Amino acid sequence: MSSSNSPVIVVIEDDPAIRLFLRTGLGAHGFKVFEADTGKQGIIEAGVRKPDLIILDLGLPDMDGVEVIKTIRAWSVMPIIILSARSGEQHKIDALDAGADDYLTKPFGLGELLARIRVALRHSVNSPEQGENGVFTNGALKVDLLNRQVFVGDREIHLTKIQYRLLSVLVKNAGKVLTHQHLLKEVWGPSYSDNSHYLRIYMSQLRQKLETDPTQPEYLLTESGVGYRLKV
Amino acid sequence: MNNERPDPDELLARVEREQTRASRGRLKIFFGAAAGVGKTYAMLLAARERRAENIDIIVGLVETHGRKETAVLIEGLEVLPPKLIEYRGTTLREFDLDKALKRKPSVIVVDELAHTNAQGCRHPKRWQDIEELLEAGIDVYTALNVQHLESLNDDIGQITGIQVWETVPDTVFEEANEIELVDLPPDELLDRLKDGKVYLPQQAQEAIRHFFRKGNLIALRELALRQTANRVDAQMLDYREDNAIRQVWQVSERIMVCIGPNALAERLVRAGKRFATSLRAQWLVVYVETPELQRLPAEKRDSVLRILRLGEKLGAETVTLSAPDMSSAIIKFSNDRNVTKIVIGKPTRRGFKRFLLGSVVDSLISDAHNINLYLLGSPRPEKGDDISDRSGLSLYRKKPLPGLGVRLSSWQKNRTLGYVWAFAVVVASTALTYMMFGRFELANMIMVFLLGVVFIATRFGRGPSIFASFLGVAIFDFLFVKPYLSFTVADSQYLVTLLAMLTVAMLISNLMANVRSQAKVAGHRERRATVLYAMSRDLTASQSEDEIVRTAVHHLYSEFGSQNVILFPDANGRITYPKGQAIPESLHGADLSVAQWVMDHNEIAGQGTNTLPGTEAIYFPLCNKETMLGVLVLLPVNLRRVYLPEQRKLLETFLGQIAQALIRVKLTEQTKKVQVEMEAERLRNMLLSSISHDLRTPLTTIVGSASTLMEENSALNSGDKLELSRSIYDEAQRMSSLINNILDMARLDAGTIELNKQWVPLEEIIGTVLTCLQKRLENRQVTVKLPPGMPMVYVDAVMIEQVLINLLENVLRYTPGKSPVEIMAEVSSAKMEISVADRGPGIPSGLENKLFEKFYRVHNEAAQSGVGLGLAICRAIIEAHGGSIQAKNRPTGGAVFSFMIPLDHAQPEMGEEE
Repeated sequence: MSSSNSPVIVVIEDDPAIRLFLRTGLGAHGFKVFEADTGKQGIIEAGVRKPDLIILDLGLPDMDGVEVIKTIRAWSVMPIIILSARSGEQHKIDALDAGADDYLTKPFGLGELLARIRVALRHSVNSPEQGENGVFTNGALKVDLLNRQVFVGDREIHLTKIQYRLLSVLVKNAGKVLTHQHLLKEVWGPSYSDNSHYLRIYMSQLRQKLETDPTQPEYLLTESGVGYRLKV
Repeated sequence: MNNERPDPDELLARVEREQTRASRGRLKIFFGAAAGVGKTYAMLLAARERRAENIDIIVGLVETHGRKETAVLIEGLEVLPPKLIEYRGTTLREFDLDKALKRKPSVIVVDELAHTNAQGCRHPKRWQDIEELLEAGIDVYTALNVQHLESLNDDIGQITGIQVWETVPDTVFEEANEIELVDLPPDELLDRLKDGKVYLPQQAQEAIRHFFRKGNLIALRELALRQTANRVDAQMLDYREDNAIRQVWQVSERIMVCIGPNALAERLVRAGKRFATSLRAQWLVVYVETPELQRLPAEKRDSVLRILRLGEKLGAETVTLSAPDMSSAIIKFSNDRNVTKIVIGKPTRRGFKRFLLGSVVDSLISDAHNINLYLLGSPRPEKGDDISDRSGLSLYRKKPLPGLGVRLSSWQKNRTLGYVWAFAVVVASTALTYMMFGRFELANMIMVFLLGVVFIATRFGRGPSIFASFLGVAIFDFLFVKPYLSFTVADSQYLVTLLAMLTVAMLISNLMANVRSQAKVAGHRERRATVLYAMSRDLTASQSEDEIVRTAVHHLYSEFGSQNVILFPDANGRITYPKGQAIPESLHGADLSVAQWVMDHNEIAGQGTNTLPGTEAIYFPLCNKETMLGVLVLLPVNLRRVYLPEQRKLLETFLGQIAQALIRVKLTEQTKKVQVEMEAERLRNMLLSSISHDLRTPLTTIVGSASTLMEENSALNSGDKLELSRSIYDEAQRMSSLINNILDMARLDAGTIELNKQWVPLEEIIGTVLTCLQKRLENRQVTVKLPPGMPMVYVDAVMIEQVLINLLENVLRYTPGKSPVEIMAEVSSAKMEISVADRGPGIPSGLENKLFEKFYRVHNEAAQSGVGLGLAICRAIIEAHGGSIQAKNRPTGGAVFSFMIPLDHAQPEMGEEE
């Protein structure tokens, strides 16, 4: 069934029912799935199978998921999508800061998972994400990174330096969730990590300029308690 | 017939007595007339017999005084090592109470009941050690000489001419379970003494010449025999009583001993004790403090205090009455208390004075009906009437009452000032009179002087006013009575004038002084009442143990001027230092072991008491009925301020009030706890019923749908399959949100949620919520109305999102499919109000507040409803943010839920763009 060039995914998850659902669901969409039920086993699988992507449950019986991420990140940049329980914002942030690419909150549907996998795979294939010729487009929003121009429809939007820098970080990681810390560090520098309100203010200014209705954003999405994501 | 039946109260008392007897150790006293009769020998002999009977008996402490026969007896008995105490270069061997209690034998031999312990022991007296042994259920063998009995102390002092300071309260003797008289005829004793069997030869000669005179020995032997006989008699009575042979004595007999501030007082108390014992009656010691007596010097008042405490020690109830007239106070009180006999000293006023001023005894004789009076003669005055410093009595006092000197000197100062004033006033009167001289009658001029005397009497009391009287009369005579500038009086009629002037002046002085001191007494009383009222008011207002302690410590400090602290036991009953904030008046460095002892024994200890008088502070048990609550430790600046009867009573009232307040708080807390538990129980039940309903419904669908899908060769077409799958999905989602709600509520209830507050623009929160509910809101028109220039809010964004999600979910759940939703915000000076409004059916009136209760649902059991936690979660979150939430119906139809968040933080600094 699985052809040699179908993407390989390693699922590190201790619950057999969830593994079953992931195996069948992902298998039906053309992925080759390998399973591991402990962190240690998962790390071995990740080394042996050379997967294109890892799906990692944060609550493993033998070790902390964050540790698994750190171990893998020591030798690989393969995308990691984490599965976490609800209301574990800090845990998610820790995992993202440790190098995870994206997260999903349990319970989740197959559709959501596939969408995240697609974004993650695209990133790893074509990184940094600039689309063809460095232009990002989604609906009416067009960001030209080469010429430093931003358009909504045909109208060019003038952004301040910081607004543009913030937008460009988001564009380079389009579709990926970026934590507050990450964005602050990228845009303002490491000493600003405590001033998360800066980020919120500039994000709100960006929305005012780019979104038709800032309270119902189409591009600049908030990941509650975690960070932001530019929709692709 | 009837009176053969025992009195029920009597029976009850006996049962109680027997119960305490059962758990208490038995005391056996080997009783003798003098040293050397062989008490220790007899005691050890008995101990050996017990040992032979295999009873666990040990020797706690025995003085052999180098007697060989006695020393031999100790061999083979287990001896407790003594406690060694260094005292002025010598090492004293003392009985080690703690070791004995730890060893806990069935019987212990402790010699010399009357022994006074060295400083550093727990109790000043050995009999107190023995009390504690008995209390602990250990039987005790001990020895006692008759001269050491408290009530016989005086008599023996008179017989032998030697005062014994080491005394044992009669109660100890009376409560002994067994008395064994060790008797030896005086001649034999003297022989033994001569043989050097009692003392070393040198000492023996001394002893024979003084204490061991044959006459003394005979008298002592008689006393010992009589005392033992009395005991036998009492036992007989007890036996009769126990067996209801007949009514033995009149229970109503009550003896009152009236004492004054004189040498007789102590003897009166001892006599009263003997009298009461022989009549087996209750007895009281009463001291009437008249205004005159209040003027007594402090030492005299202290000595009265000491006598009262001696009375207490001998088993009397002591009372201090404050009254202007002694005899009427005595009569009134004795009528109140049904006193049948009064013991009082012989009148001290004699002859003319007695006739003129009367005596208490005379007025008692004429006014006290149905009361027998017993007069006690005073001994011929010898070596002064001074009783102020007898070491035997002041033993319970570490040092002379402190603070006395200070008071005395200030009082002295005040006095001198009074005389200066008196002089000045007389001079002023003289000046005024001099101006009146010649124009006014002499009688009117006298009035000016009298006025001056009245003034002095009201301000400075008797002494200065009498001084003023004499001075006034002298000056008046010298200046205004012919011949002028001479003290001689020419006209004899002026003599009468002067005499009358003096008499009137003195009478006024006396009257005014009495009025003054009565006003002072009344003032004191009123102040005490006020203090008490203030404290009880504050205590009533106190809602927690902390507050009570704070109030109590403060009031105790202001009333008794003493630093103090209230210590409470922990869960294991061990006294611990108080935790938490220190109170300024609080005492530091209380001795926890003493406090523990007080806690365990429910008895007062510390300075001025029988237990550990060497300790600086006083430790009072705080108890309500039989419940020990804690220990109050008071560091007295002035012992009198604590032990003066009125003060002591006030303190006891304080303690009672504090204990009651503590009990009240404890009960309130218990009630509260029970209420909380009941509420929790109710919620648990509701939760269970909710879960069972709300989880079962979706589960039924899921299980049903899934089983249908699993059926082999079913006739389902792909459309059916999709529909079934979708319903499984939907129900699972519903279950998920239910479980989330339950978990949220549990976390909020447990208080484990810490708000992660950050500055967030409200539109971002709304944006997140709308994105999250995007799919479900698809068919509805959502309007967001935010005023321009909204400030940021300092909140936990995830939590506030949850609130909005819950509110919107309610809208989705309870309003028709396509009705619109509005989200609005308004900012006023210090708050932001956010509302979610719909066009649905609205809220049934009267339920606006009920909606926010846990598990409340408008339509119970309806298929579309949730668990009824959504709004409760909203409220918990908003309240955690210091805001409020409410629901009401819109005038135009539909409901509006709005919550307020305070804007009490300054807006954060904005980073300036470079």
